[in-house]
Amino acid sequence: MSQVSETIVEREIDTSHMQVSKTEVAIDVINMHKWYGDFHVLRDINLRVMKGERIVIAGPSGSGKSTLIRCINRLEEHQEGQIIVNGTELTADLKRIDEVRREVGMVFQHFNLFPHLTILQNLTLAPIWVRGIPKAEAEATAMHYLERVKIPEQANKFPGQLSGGQQQRVAIARSLCMQPRIMLFDEPTSALDPEMVKEVLEVMISLAEEGMTMICVTHEMGFARQVANRVIFMDQGQIIEQNEPEEFFSNPQHERTKLFLSQILH
Amino acid sequence: MTDITYVRPSLVEARPAPRSTTGVLAWLQKNLFATPTDAVLTLFGALFLLWAVPPLVNFVFINAVGINGTVEECRVETAGACWAYVWSEMEFFIYGFYDMSELWRPNIVFALGAALLIPLLIPKVPFKRTNALLLLIVFPVISYYLLAGGVFGLKPMPTEKWGGLLVTLIISAVGIIVSFPLGIILALGRQSKMPVIKMLCIGFIELVRAVPLITILFMASIMLPLFMPQGTTVDKLLRALVGVTLFSAAYVAEIVRGGLQAIPRGQYEAAASLGLSYWKQMYFIILPQALKHVIPGIVNNAIALFKDTSLVYIVGMKDLLEAVKTKNDTALEWQSGNTATTGYLFAAAVFWMFCFSMSRYSMFMERRLNTGYKR
Repeated sequence: MSQVSETIVEREIDTSHMQVSKTEVAIDVINMHKWYGDFHVLRDINLRVMKGERIVIAGPSGSGKSTLIRCINRLEEHQEGQIIVNGTELTADLKRIDEVRREVGMVFQHFNLFPHLTILQNLTLAPIWVRGIPKAEAEATAMHYLERVKIPEQANKFPGQLSGGQQQRVAIARSLCMQPRIMLFDEPTSALDPEMVKEVLEVMISLAEEGMTMICVTHEMGFARQVANRVIFMDQGQIIEQNEPEEFFSNPQHERTKLFLSQILH
Repeated sequence: MTDITYVRPSLVEARPAPRSTTGVLAWLQKNLFATPTDAVLTLFGALFLLWAVPPLVNFVFINAVGINGTVEECRVETAGACWAYVWSEMEFFIYGFYDMSELWRPNIVFALGAALLIPLLIPKVPFKRTNALLLLIVFPVISYYLLAGGVFGLKPMPTEKWGGLLVTLIISAVGIIVSFPLGIILALGRQSKMPVIKMLCIGFIELVRAVPLITILFMASIMLPLFMPQGTTVDKLLRALVGVTLFSAAYVAEIVRGGLQAIPRGQYEAAASLGLSYWKQMYFIILPQALKHVIPGIVNNAIALFKDTSLVYIVGMKDLLEAVKTKNDTALEWQSGNTATTGYLFAAAVFWMFCFSMSRYSMFMERRLNTGYKR
């Protein structure tokens, strides 16, 4: 387990726009299984995410958390069951994969910015070449999101000139420029210094406040308590337990969950 | 009892480095005489230069017979290089058997090529796209008709008559430029998930790499016609061009593959997660980074290819080196002790000039493309 901390962003969360839809399904994972060779990495995953949900997935390393969210935008292929994103079922059909990826943003542990492009080019590349938005408009959108993540002055620098926290905020802005309906976060703060974790969490919280549907794989239990409406605990490729954060932390049911929480919360 | 609490009263200002780490003496000390071994090596190096350089300078410049000299001067015992010989045979070295009256045609090609290439190489000059299109598409067409003739009242000039530096430059330029995109496609194909494409690319690369260039040239010029229907002939120069290009493409493919493998998987994933298609991922994200990594390898290959073009003598073409050799052996009126040496020295100097330019330019490009900040 790397970097388990209880970073709490000290401010009131504005919940006025955080509404979970009762009828609109964003992601539906049904009886899904995945194998790496002979290794059964995801087993019988059933997960329905409603529009506007903020889900935190927790669990020990190797429990399949990252693999699960990587299946949702088909960076990994599943072998059994169904994954339906915004009504599109993921199959080997490239058209469907592109359709899903256009609507689903992803933020990685190691940022994965494009080092040969400036920050602005990182942000405008996909809008221009995937969505076909005119360059000027894409740049205006990019600047808007850079301001939202509070680093508009870095627009013409290269990723390597930025701190880790800044790079991760750029990565979030890059995803937002595609105006996704769903955001996936794969341990977005695990590679950051403690001082920088907060600035990234701030951005994620403000996203949640706007009603973005998000799934976050993270060890930031403070974030889970403050922002999530549901915490999912995984172990050995399976969903072991899920609950509202309050209940999940104060009253875990499964033995494995209790053990996990006792180890990471002091 | 020791005091373990400490608070710095004021911050220390930066100051210049000590005298002993800067200046000429410090440089000498650090680079030439740091240890006794270094000092001995420096001494031997200096002695070697003293032994080797003056005779060379004497031969090439001081005792040499200038371009206006005569063969009698070249035949004097103490004479150095016979530049008069090189000068008098220069046209053959550059154009081969190309008709003397038609030399303006290759000259225009040379001038046009330089006029299009030089601005393309200077980053500050605008209109790069137009410039590249002119150089890579329009220029070859114009050059072909100018050199070969047979249209617009130009006297036909079969490729058998082309020779010297002209042929060296044509083969190496076409080989280097055309093999580059071919090599990239082969490298991508080799990484493809589609088994047939992958196998074809691996098969081609491994086959070509396993065979010497000479063999490929032989195949192209002697074996190939046997398989062609009777009466059809493919130009000898064209066959050499195809052979050299395919040969080089296999090497470029392996160089590019090395670059592709240096790109972290996260780059592919980030590009994919933004919805970029395979070709857009390659074009915008992967290849720009991968190719930057392999500039030294690509240029190394270009230099090797430039020199390897001299192998086309095997299929009866007179490239620069072969043109020099021919004159060395046959120009009886220029026979002297140093004629052949001077001829080869000239060929070496020309080869060196082109290769060194490529090397320096690639170093410049590397520095320029280096955004300096790896993640």
